[in-house]
Amino acid sequence: MKFVDEFRDGELARGLAATIAAEADPARDYTLMEFCGGHTHAITRYGLGDLLPRNIRFIHGPGCPVCVLPVGRIDNAIELARRPDVILCSYGDVLRVPASNRASLQRARAEGADVRIIWSSLDALRIARENPDREVVFLAIGFETTTPPTAVALQQARTEGLDNFTVFCNHVLTPAAIQNILESPQLRELGSVPLDGFIGPSHVSAIIGSRPYEYFAEEYQKPVVIAGFEPLDVLQAVLMLVRQMNTGRFEVENQYTRAVTREGNLKAQRLVAEVFELRESFEWRGLGEVPYSALRLRPDYERFDAERRFGIEYHAVPDARSCDCGAILRGLKHPVECKLFATACTPESPIGSCMVSSEGACSAYYSYGRHRTSERPA
Amino acid sequence: MSHRLDLKQGRVEMAHGGGGRAMAQLIRELFLPFMENPALRAGNDGALLARPEGRLVVSTDCHVITPLFFPGGDIGSLSVHGTLNDVAMMGGYPIALTAGFVLEEGFPLADLARIARSMGEAACAAGVPIVTGDTKVVERGKGDGIYINTTGIGVVAEGVELGGERARPGDHLLLSGTLGDHGIAILAQRENLTFASDIRSDSAALHGLVATMLDAAPGLRCLRDPTRGGLAATLNEITAQAGVGVLIREAAIPLRAPVKAVCELLGLDPLNIANEGKLLAVCPPGESARLLDAMCAHPLGRDAALIGEFIADEHHFVQMETSFGSRRTVDWLAGEQLPRIC
Repeated sequence: MKFVDEFRDGELARGLAATIAAEADPARDYTLMEFCGGHTHAITRYGLGDLLPRNIRFIHGPGCPVCVLPVGRIDNAIELARRPDVILCSYGDVLRVPASNRASLQRARAEGADVRIIWSSLDALRIARENPDREVVFLAIGFETTTPPTAVALQQARTEGLDNFTVFCNHVLTPAAIQNILESPQLRELGSVPLDGFIGPSHVSAIIGSRPYEYFAEEYQKPVVIAGFEPLDVLQAVLMLVRQMNTGRFEVENQYTRAVTREGNLKAQRLVAEVFELRESFEWRGLGEVPYSALRLRPDYERFDAERRFGIEYHAVPDARSCDCGAILRGLKHPVECKLFATACTPESPIGSCMVSSEGACSAYYSYGRHRTSERPA
Repeated sequence: MSHRLDLKQGRVEMAHGGGGRAMAQLIRELFLPFMENPALRAGNDGALLARPEGRLVVSTDCHVITPLFFPGGDIGSLSVHGTLNDVAMMGGYPIALTAGFVLEEGFPLADLARIARSMGEAACAAGVPIVTGDTKVVERGKGDGIYINTTGIGVVAEGVELGGERARPGDHLLLSGTLGDHGIAILAQRENLTFASDIRSDSAALHGLVATMLDAAPGLRCLRDPTRGGLAATLNEITAQAGVGVLIREAAIPLRAPVKAVCELLGLDPLNIANEGKLLAVCPPGESARLLDAMCAHPLGRDAALIGEFIADEHHFVQMETSFGSRRTVDWLAGEQLPRIC
């Protein structure tokens, strides 16, 4: 298939891998964090680690939208869904995220809550139109990629005067999370976690552009290469990062030129700015409270804000004990290092959020790489 | 009874399942004309079948699907094909079907007639009569239009022993054609993906193909139709049953370009998508060339391919050699990829 097969060409990949192996300095390590779950997915699905020399290592960042939702927000959503007047709509994976007391939206649905899986924010609008006597709440999640579609739905709802539609907004921002990781004591002071460079987000960057990463590259002296989600994209980005490190550069480079510009999608950015504003702080699973890292609805849209309409109060809830999602999301641990991995925690019965979505590091390892770890559960 | 059923505007009423005259009329005017055969027409509580030689295989399947009508089929033809295929995967040649309907009050009679016609046509084309049936009506809101249960009875010839537990290291794995057509056709219809409108369900009865395969490869070990959960689920079932591993080659798996495109666009894995007219065959390596030739010579197997080999593996993994040149685990799907598709 055109525009897909070219980026999955095994022969080109082996050529690139050989170049990387030739150029990588055997005397040093290259520890690269891919921020996005999409990259984690590509790395495990295509076994990219197998193609690279051992001193090039991937650590997996917090860029999986489902994984970073804290337990408390899921608890809020379940509480909303249990109201008899509410239809709660969200994207499929969210339903399986474990909340307090082993509850989940999926379980709430089995117990009678009206929870619906949608494929697009506009489906939630349709459901609202079809059910004028019910409150339809869209549980909106995701990074900068899924935010513009939520903005479109909100604008449309306002135009139509769709008063039974609200959004429970959980949209989060990539640059704030990257900064949080770079500021973490393990990285900044202790130096116990090596992190040499970033494979920058692909779809997110198509919206926000490459410019927001320039600050990190310079301030923290970490090279960033924005890469597409196909396996050859990732390998090429690795080569570009190796070259930057070998020559002591820390720049923002763009491998994904077919979709990303320095300025990004200005129309989408304007749309988002019209509808949303920054929250002072937001809790992330794994990262804790991160200042200015999430969005809420602007006052103009407050009548569509589920948090206001239903008086939602947020209570932080600690993650399940012995679940290492937090450390995995910060890049401090590898999925297989968690003692729950593939034993108590599996995609069918996830304990931590990283095991839920296919973009989650644990789920990706479990689904695509289990033959390497040879830990098949009974 | 003076009035005939209104097959244009009429709707299913509670009385149609009540055991009275209304039910008799529904059966007489709506079901019988499409499913004509002596056993059904006799109108008794059950059907008498002549006892065939050999072992019998019985299989049953419930069909709940949204949408009811989709490109390439509908719940009626699917309920016939699905059960015939389950019988065929056991090595059985189907001889009779039964059908049970759960109808929701208010369901349009026109749709019901369309489904009954499609079932009748599918059964007739397969040469297998629907010999007995049952109809119940549930109150409005307590069903989803229509649910159909079908049971199939078939005869298994002497010497035919098929089962997932029979796969051995070294055995070859063959697939009868392209993957994902059914699941993606349903999805495209449900999600209104107009660009995918030329994708049709592969729903088909496979017992004819199976008969030619049994002739060509008497040592056949296992047949399975990769329906819900797709190829990935079916192979994980077989490896767990047999206590072996399997290695498949991505490049060898037949896939239609539009199906591949939809999967790419929506982030779906064709290995998890349901099929309704495809089968997987496990056979000893010495028989695979003959088997593949026989499959390719049959209209329902013309895209058949040898896609992998079974291997010794204490972990019973399903692994795939990707077109990219790496190896990955092929796992069961966790949760649901598409809500309710068969």
